[in-house]
Amino acid sequence: MLEFAVGLFSDYTARTILLGAASLGVVSGVVGSYAVLRKQSLVGDVMSHAALPGIVLAFIVMGVKEQLPIFIGAALSAVLAVFLINLVTSNSRIKTDSAMGMALSVFFGLGLVLLTYAQKIPDANQAGLDKFLFGQAEALVEKDVLVIGVTGLFALLVVGLFWKEFKLLCFDPDFGGTMGFSMKSLDLLVTAVIVSAIVIGLQTVGVVLMSSMLIAPAVAARQWTGSMGSMVILAASIAAVSGVTGVALSAGFENVPTGPAVIVCVSVIAFFSVLFSPNGFFTLRFKEARSRREIKKDYVLKALHDLALEHDDPGYAHSERLLALGSEKGFNVRKSLSQLQAAGYVERVGEEDWRLTPGGIHEIRKLSPLEKSR
Amino acid sequence: MSSGEQNPVVPAVRVTDLTVAYGDKTVLWDIDLEIPVGSMVAVVGPNGAGKTTLIKSIQGLVPRVAGVVSIHGKPYEKQRKEVSYVPQRGSVDWDFPTSVVDTVKMGSYGDLGWIRRPGKKEHEKALSALEKVDMLEFAHRQISQLSGGQQQRVFLARALVQSASVYLLDEPFQGVDATTEKAIVRILKELAAGGKTVLAVHHDLNTVSEYYERIAIVNVGLVASGSVDEVFTSKNLMTAYGGKTSFFPERKSSRRAV
Repeated sequence: MLEFAVGLFSDYTARTILLGAASLGVVSGVVGSYAVLRKQSLVGDVMSHAALPGIVLAFIVMGVKEQLPIFIGAALSAVLAVFLINLVTSNSRIKTDSAMGMALSVFFGLGLVLLTYAQKIPDANQAGLDKFLFGQAEALVEKDVLVIGVTGLFALLVVGLFWKEFKLLCFDPDFGGTMGFSMKSLDLLVTAVIVSAIVIGLQTVGVVLMSSMLIAPAVAARQWTGSMGSMVILAASIAAVSGVTGVALSAGFENVPTGPAVIVCVSVIAFFSVLFSPNGFFTLRFKEARSRREIKKDYVLKALHDLALEHDDPGYAHSERLLALGSEKGFNVRKSLSQLQAAGYVERVGEEDWRLTPGGIHEIRKLSPLEKSR
Repeated sequence: MSSGEQNPVVPAVRVTDLTVAYGDKTVLWDIDLEIPVGSMVAVVGPNGAGKTTLIKSIQGLVPRVAGVVSIHGKPYEKQRKEVSYVPQRGSVDWDFPTSVVDTVKMGSYGDLGWIRRPGKKEHEKALSALEKVDMLEFAHRQISQLSGGQQQRVFLARALVQSASVYLLDEPFQGVDATTEKAIVRILKELAAGGKTVLAVHHDLNTVSEYYERIAIVNVGLVASGSVDEVFTSKNLMTAYGGKTSFFPERKSSRRAV
């Protein structure tokens, strides 16, 4: 495996491919953050699928598999899909989600039909057109990587320049509008940046999976940070690492297409983040369980104290059953008692009687609800 | 800024023939409204009366079918910097990854213009605005951790940073705690006393006479506008709300009791 990795990084072709995948990752991580923050993740999905008919049409018209026409075709048909969605939603009662669903399937369906047609054209050049579906990073050459790099730099430059304007657009467009910023132009600019990311992802990841490349890194990054700046940077890093790992996997195993390999990597990271980040599913469950345990302990401590006070002796011992009587079903009093015992707040007297230790009495005095704000 | 050159005779906000429609529905019809400089005005009216639309259309956020809006005698478009907007708290996603102080800083973006980033000066301004709304200690909190009242204070602070002369607020007291409500009223009254003009969409008819000196009662058309003493009458409220209000201002004021 190590030998394989070393080979991968020392080989010129392999280095080109890895560089391409990493650059694509950086760009889609950054750009995807905006799609996610604007709650327009699905727009990315629609646009990448909608690029297919443009790709195939460009090939049919030009007769060759030339990079630039294909990029232009892809961008045009992606933008057309978004335009149609806006047209439909603003002129009918059809809601955005329905319009997006329709646009996605219509454009992608059309793309597949055209693809079938194009493959019947007797020309060797059409070979590999279907690679745009799931991507084929191993076909990347220096020129492709250059295009990815330049387009990516353009996207990053736009994001860098209009950082504060884009923040307004994502957070509070109305407020931004009142300050004289044209939200419409900014919206167009963000769309342009997303489209350029999709276009450069076509060869590597493919139209079907490109949306995950935009969304998953941003979602993963959002779990770990509360600042937009670090979210964007983290998303870029996650996507870049996934891109490189995916390409390496696809090169290392036979018949593993690159796109799916990259997407599996990025999805694993996203999944892990959603589950285990500081606000993740398991982390929250864990915190919840801990706080429930604390509350139960406090409750038992207080019950023991209240009972003891009835005897004017804070250290008076009571049976475990008596404590259990006043509590809800399923409340394991014994468990809480053992935890309190371990903390040194209670001690056992005889078979099943318990009493507060001096430490426990001290603790209960601190337990007044006002003082114990967590 | 330009508040020194403001002519007190020219109204801070003048709305003429303002009409707004969404699709085939007329939301605002032929509104004429003049807000004098230094006044504090409540915009009241039933649900769906177009109060929010009024605030938004003054700022060109929704297209006007007809009508002209001028701020201190000049068209709104030339006076953007004179107007601060406090949108409804619920209109944004408070889970957005940003801190309190950065949110307040957004108020300075207009002055900065395109591309330029906020610097130290803007940071100081944001902090001092936060101090005014008593939120300085929350400056570096995530906005997702704020309560409703705290969110509203942040929005007000963001508007204060703009150092405008006209404040348009959309339901600033919606769902906030009593302390916040008092704090916001105090700040707004200070602004008005300092010659700034405050126009706020208001829901609670019980507090109108206590908080505001002027009122505009709206229901698609303008029912009445003027000083609270003269215009805030049950007759006008009945016209605006139909039979749906049981609030009769006269009963509260012995002066008006027959």
